[in-house]
Amino acid sequence: MTIKVDRESGAGTGLSGLSLPRPLRVILSVIVTVGLTFLGLLFVTFIIGRVVPIDPVLAIVGDRAPEHVIERVRQELGLDLPLYEQFAIYVWNVLQGDLGNSVLTANPVLEDIKRVFPATLELATVATLLGVLLGVPMGVLAAVYQGRWPDQVIRVVGLLGYSIPVFWLGLMGLLLFYATLDWVPGPGRLNFVYDGFIDPVTGVMLIDAAMAGEWDIFWNAASHLILPASILGYFSLAYISRMTRSFMLEQLSQEYITTARVKGVKEWRVIWVHALGNVRVPLVTVIALSYANLLEGSVLTEIVFAWPGLGFYLTQSLLNADMNAVLGATMVVGAVFIGINLLSDVLYRVLDPRAR
Amino acid sequence: MTSQAQQAESEGLRPWLLSSSPKSRGQARLGRAYIGWLAFRSNALAMIGLGIVVTLVVVAIFAPLIAPYDPNAQILADRLQFFSAQHWFGTDELGRDILSRIIHGARLTLYIVVLVAVIAAPIGLLVGTTAGYLGGWVDAVLMRITDIFLAFPKLVLALALVSALGPGIENAIIAIAITSWPPYARIARAETITIRNSDFISAVRLQGAGRLRIIWSHIVPLCTSSLIVRVTLDMAGIILIAAGLGFLGLGAQPPLPEWGAMISSGRKVLLDQWWVATVPGIAIFIVSLGFNLLGDGLRDVLDPKSGGQG
Amino acid sequence: MAAPLLTVEDLRVDFPTRKGLVQAVRGISFSLGREKLGIVGESGSGKSMTGRSILRLVSAPGQVTAKRLEFDGIDLQRASEAQMRDIRGERISMVMQDPKFSLNPVMRVGEQIAEAYRTHQKVPRDEARRRALDMLAAVRIRDPERVYRAYPHEVSGGMGQRIMIAMMLIPDPDLLIADEPTSALDVTVQLQVLAILDDLVTQRGMGLIFISHDLNLVASFCDRVVIMYAGRIMEICDAKNLAAAQHPYTRGLLSCLPKIDGDGSDLPVLRRDPAWLEHGL
Repeated sequence: MTIKVDRESGAGTGLSGLSLPRPLRVILSVIVTVGLTFLGLLFVTFIIGRVVPIDPVLAIVGDRAPEHVIERVRQELGLDLPLYEQFAIYVWNVLQGDLGNSVLTANPVLEDIKRVFPATLELATVATLLGVLLGVPMGVLAAVYQGRWPDQVIRVVGLLGYSIPVFWLGLMGLLLFYATLDWVPGPGRLNFVYDGFIDPVTGVMLIDAAMAGEWDIFWNAASHLILPASILGYFSLAYISRMTRSFMLEQLSQEYITTARVKGVKEWRVIWVHALGNVRVPLVTVIALSYANLLEGSVLTEIVFAWPGLGFYLTQSLLNADMNAVLGATMVVGAVFIGINLLSDVLYRVLDPRAR
Repeated sequence: MTSQAQQAESEGLRPWLLSSSPKSRGQARLGRAYIGWLAFRSNALAMIGLGIVVTLVVVAIFAPLIAPYDPNAQILADRLQFFSAQHWFGTDELGRDILSRIIHGARLTLYIVVLVAVIAAPIGLLVGTTAGYLGGWVDAVLMRITDIFLAFPKLVLALALVSALGPGIENAIIAIAITSWPPYARIARAETITIRNSDFISAVRLQGAGRLRIIWSHIVPLCTSSLIVRVTLDMAGIILIAAGLGFLGLGAQPPLPEWGAMISSGRKVLLDQWWVATVPGIAIFIVSLGFNLLGDGLRDVLDPKSGGQG
Repeated sequence: MAAPLLTVEDLRVDFPTRKGLVQAVRGISFSLGREKLGIVGESGSGKSMTGRSILRLVSAPGQVTAKRLEFDGIDLQRASEAQMRDIRGERISMVMQDPKFSLNPVMRVGEQIAEAYRTHQKVPRDEARRRALDMLAAVRIRDPERVYRAYPHEVSGGMGQRIMIAMMLIPDPDLLIADEPTSALDVTVQLQVLAILDDLVTQRGMGLIFISHDLNLVASFCDRVVIMYAGRIMEICDAKNLAAAQHPYTRGLLSCLPKIDGDGSDLPVLRRDPAWLEHGL
């Protein structure tokens, strides 16, 4: 599930020949790169949309419609145009925010996505926070105690995270903490008695409830969130701690660490300020990737916990052959992925003095 | 029998393999493999991983002989039974023996990972070595395409593809393969670029070798070891995604005993008959753990420079 | 000479490996006052390990043992880790080979110098800053304010090494170990950096251990010279008497040096006698 971010990706876009000031050239090449990637993304969703075995015309007019009706609908849908024109129209519509209508909900797909996305965002954000707050210190500890028992324990925790199916762990979590121990409420985002009490402002339940001062609802939402977020957070932790460990090991063998020790700097400062200060830079990329991957991992988690987010929406649409919704959701997830990668690239430049 | 082999007979195989002055290319290769094996063997976790994977293969091959029941035989009177001497892992909602279904499911799991690897790895290798060796605009175009595929989260792209192709195990395999090749292309490209600039490639070029020949017989073999490591490590991920698709009902279709689909059907009775969903999950976990351990061990032997990075 | 600053007796550094024990330093003894002592040897002769074991910074598998390892009356082998931290930087410090690697790349150089001071002196931040700026001026950096704010990748190698010297001298230590401090620099810059090092060490009346592979440099720069080979000391002699050195290894090294007024014939190849491994000084 990892992606190596190519730092020199701007080099391949053929802009190096232009005589522009460096910062401008960097920005331009980033724009071109992101633009091309996004266009490619649209092309892939477009192609997937065309290879669907269901004929969209027959789906509308039915099998027995006369030839001229089929032809008329085909023209109305723009399906008689050459493929590249259809693609241009598709891109144009997407840029306007028009992803078509969902067959299942009869709403514009973009509206649906705006409604469900905050739930996924809430889940993935809390999970990433858990993963970072626990994973980074664990990775540091593992590196400092390399080969000794803390390292072994953390290694096993990480390996399990790479090997357990997320949906199964979710089910086991429900079985243990909900059905057996009754520590957490069951699936869903909120107890049904609170349904409709809160007007969605941001769509993020914790924030909306806190803003409305409805602390009962806030705690209820938090108790629903804790299990799915912990389960997703565990996978994030496995990845982040493993990467932190290997980055830390690399840094701890560097000469400047010896310099700090020669100066008489305390060991905690050597580790947490000097070494981690250098690990911070590649770690940002790892955390961003893990965040983006959680948006994906949440598809299965949302199903298990009946969490009304993007993954849940995507799967429901999928099972009902609601292609507009499927492609819209896929495209949005891809766009978020690109956005997060871009953000991590920008952060990388800000955090690393050498990249400025 | 050749003279070298005779020599090996008389002096024992071990010193022949460990000889620091091998007399033939074959001996050098075998010697290297043997040294790698010695390093691998000393890694207990890697050996456990190898054991799990070998067990998976054996179980998959001999599934009909090992399984106590027909995986699809429904005995409705015996449905949802707990562990017993007759049904070690109980029975599912249609009274099918869960152990037998797990054993037959090993076939499907192996079928999926092997096919995905066989499709995705060569595509990645081809794209990566071509891009890396030729450079210039070919590189730019191929890597841009790779980036586009990397811009999709694997599972979501696989979901979209399966929804277009229709559910089923073959389509799931195609979808996973399409989402799996880009990291291989990246690795192969990076390796190729370092190899391309080395002196021995210049020497081969001076001898008049064509581009295709250089790529095929000099660069591809050198990329394979790091690629094998990466593919092995990815097997666990492939198993998890395939299980995820099965769980969503988009992978293998009933009545195929695919583990993810088995969890999905066990989910309906999770609170009362927990074992129906639990057992296949443990099977998935053990097998992907096996591939992870094996991959880690192989990486330490074949590709030590990449360290512990995931 | 008064009581020596540093006494080393039968120092050994071992690295256990899969193939057996590798002995990097095999029982060496020397002592040092407030003087400039050069340690010369080929790469792998154990000279750097000697420097690091004085600071107890030989890392993990390496094991350091000695009959006596004493600095200013303190037994360095028995000192607690906290005592060692007080000694490091404040009493003994070390300049390393290449400022490209020995400076923290994501910390401003001024902050790194100030940190060296604040580790040992409880002073406010701006006091440490002022001190660091003074120290940068003392290593003849023309625009200390600008350099203070710079990151290591923004300064040249010579400047980096001057920063390193400033950082290591700011707590005013009694002993400085300079581990090949000029090997990574251009020849023209080497002399500048050496001159700065020489001035500061002489001014402050410190002891200096100057580790190098460059026999000429050490002979012109130091008071005494220790010649090391394969983890053992071959010979210790006054720098000015180096030409009269007795040991065949030293003689061999000297005869390998090209001379401007030489006759242009081939230089001899250094002959190494395995017996030297057994009998160090």
